Amino acid sequence: MTDTKIVVNCETGETTVVTLTSEEIAQREADAAAFAVEQAAREEAEAAAAAAKESAQAKLAALGLTADEIAALSK
Amino acid sequence: MANMIPISTVTVGSGGAATIDFTGIPQIYTDLLIKVSTRDNLAYSWGQGYIRFNGSITGYDGRQLYGNGSSVTTATGSGNWGTNYALAGRGTGASTTANTFSNGEIYIPNYGGSYYKSYSYDGTAENNATSAMAEIVGGIWSNTAPITSITLLTPSQTWQQYSTATLYGIRKY
Repeated sequence: MTDTKIVVNCETGETTVVTLTSEEIAQREADAAAFAVEQAAREEAEAAAAAAKESAQAKLAALGLTADEIAALSK
Repeated sequence: MANMIPISTVTVGSGGAATIDFTGIPQIYTDLLIKVSTRDNLAYSWGQGYIRFNGSITGYDGRQLYGNGSSVTTATGSGNWGTNYALAGRGTGASTTANTFSNGEIYIPNYGGSYYKSYSYDGTAENNATSAMAEIVGGIWSNTAPITSITLLTPSQTWQQYSTATLYGIRKY
């Protein structure tokens, strides 16, 4: 991770590259931790949805539906 | 007819950037619009992308609808991406086609008012493959302060070189 930010002053039009302060670095680390939790939750939800879909398709196939018939159900 | 007036454009340089901060935003427009084209180094099919208003780390919430090439899903700000930043401006991740950048826009109506601020985001993280993210987000910042600064952040990554963000002011006339 870089420790710099780009700051644009919209009043003056000046753009500067600034080193993050210790407070900003601490906030960035907290943000990263929050993102890791979010990412894990998202991946878990997506994996659960994919597993449920696969299970449902297998059960439909066991009932005798063809692959085309199963695909038609989700259109 | 509304007019869209460019206020400032940023292009990230070779060193990358943790955040892009627009400060001193003039209070002479009715709405704000940010066009983003970004890439970060998250090893995933899409990257990160969040915003903060006035440096605040509280009061954000929203609803996301996204498709990734195989399914469509919804997520809430309070439950999925927290309340200390708002989801918007997602970049293309590092596990994607080289040299591709996301594209999207963040719209913030009535940014100078003295009531809670809403925003919306519509964008896609580009990837020349079956897995890529397209999303729309509607959100709110529960704060009555006029928005004078906006930060675009990628929490654990770095905005990559050639990422761009352009801030526009919207006028009614």
